Amino acid sequence: MIELLKGLDWSPLIISLKTGIVATVLCFIFGTMAAGWIMGRRTGVRAVIDSILTLPMVLPPTASGFFLLLLFSRRRPVGMTLYDHFDIKIVQSWAGCVIAAFVISFPLMYRNARAAFEQVDINLIYAGRTLGMSDMKIFFQVVFPAARPGIASGTVLTFARAIGEYGATSMLAGNIPGKTGTISQRIAMVIQNGDYITAGLWVGVVMVIAFLIMLIMNIISGRSGRQQIKW
Amino acid sequence: MVIQAEFKQKYDNFTLDISLKSRSLRLGILGGSGAGKSMTLKMLAGIMTPQKGFLSMDDRVLLDTGRRINVSPRKRRIGYLFQNYALFPNMTVEENIGAGIPGRGQEKKKTVSELITRFHLTGLEGQIPSELSGGQQQRVALARILACQPEMILLDEPFSALDGHLKDRMQRELLMQLEDYPGPVYMVSHSRDEIYRFSDEIIILDEGKIISQGRKAEVFAKPASIKAAALTGCKNFSRATRISDHSFRADSWGVLVSTSCTLPDRFTHIGYRAHDFIPVWGEDSDKTVPFRLERIDDLPFERNYYIRPAVRGDNEEDLISWFVQRDLCGLLEEKGLPDYLKLDEEKILYFDE
Repeated sequence: MIELLKGLDWSPLIISLKTGIVATVLCFIFGTMAAGWIMGRRTGVRAVIDSILTLPMVLPPTASGFFLLLLFSRRRPVGMTLYDHFDIKIVQSWAGCVIAAFVISFPLMYRNARAAFEQVDINLIYAGRTLGMSDMKIFFQVVFPAARPGIASGTVLTFARAIGEYGATSMLAGNIPGKTGTISQRIAMVIQNGDYITAGLWVGVVMVIAFLIMLIMNIISGRSGRQQIKW
Repeated sequence: MVIQAEFKQKYDNFTLDISLKSRSLRLGILGGSGAGKSMTLKMLAGIMTPQKGFLSMDDRVLLDTGRRINVSPRKRRIGYLFQNYALFPNMTVEENIGAGIPGRGQEKKKTVSELITRFHLTGLEGQIPSELSGGQQQRVALARILACQPEMILLDEPFSALDGHLKDRMQRELLMQLEDYPGPVYMVSHSRDEIYRFSDEIIILDEGKIISQGRKAEVFAKPASIKAAALTGCKNFSRATRISDHSFRADSWGVLVSTSCTLPDRFTHIGYRAHDFIPVWGEDSDKTVPFRLERIDDLPFERNYYIRPAVRGDNEEDLISWFVQRDLCGLLEEKGLPDYLKLDEEKILYFDE
């Protein structure tokens, strides 16, 4: 067992964690911003934009991967521009891992942030306005802190989703060992080779991470001030 | 300061149509739930925008939908005290009070600390709102509003969530704290006691419309309509037929009334407050209702008698209410229940509906 652990290529763990962290940071920034923005829109606009932003959550990840490939392929305008002018390669690269994980886990962050914002007493916002506070100040000093527990648990869930992403990642970034080979891709690969021991080991790693994440979540929601309801 | 406001807002099941002009410094808006009180206040503050409307304070136009003027709430300089105070839960007392003051310099610090002293919040600077009592929260909310030096303050049912004893105390406190505030203060409430205690001028709202406006004594003494009278606490109404300049019949009660003063030219209904009946033992005279007791409600400080009128019906609302203060109940126990209830002609309200 020790031999096995020593001989194991740990790069998938590093890649998954790195991807997860960067994607989560991006999701956090854009997800809360999008949620904050949509709260101020009219019902009609809200319904349309909301549906679009949530789409990756309900689409099969491979379908999202398909669109991402279309967008970032080096034979197409966006991909071509990025490569020619900025020397950025998305397809078959680590950046692809991040973008795939970001797109797939974004709705989770957005939805949770939105739900958290909806729980914030509207009178707090009205009060801020009648007190002459700017919308920015109200958002960062009043709404955001009040929504913190919901946003925190949303962030943790987003991270969990991001490190486990498989479908879109395999299509956009591929499975290049040491570069884009994430844990979930490694598990699929070694299973194909019939190596159930290595697969089981990685499953174990994933389970430990998942358990820790859920534990953190529960601690966060348990601490959110309200008395936990016990039946 | 003259406040002039006109708000029109249509929903499927509710229409607000308000036009008001007032110079009063303490204006109370009385109305039942769903009358549009809170909406009116929110439109004054700019939190809600009516489909059509106008609002000005003296020469300052804050809203004119015709000219596409709509000053944002943060520039209106109108303070708003919310029912639950809407203190920012994550901020300390100090931060809450300072929230609306721009900048962070010495000036701001000074204003905040002055308000903390003035509102007896010394020692609580670092507490967050959930650690404060209701009274302290109210003081913080008021201090936070005054920190912005508003030109007008709106109070949105500030006491409706409190129980009786606390309500009285908080109300007295609020009145005291606002005593030297020079601008207009408008309060909405469904409680006539609160409104009466607070206001110089009263507006009565019903189903989105102003049904009565005037000095408080007038509005309570001479309500303009049955609805307005009911909102001021009048319990008894009867259809009425005018017979001559000095007599009429209260049809719903089957009572003939002759008066020494001249009756209004036209009226269709009369109203009579439950506290104003005079008990009569012995002989029948005019202006009297036979005392046919239906039911007694015993309350802590008064006793409510419900009397079935001679004429009509089994409906609960046809019963005549007579409210007797506790100290008079002794007399009633001694002499027994009266034979008649007499109307005092000075206290009869006349309505032309």
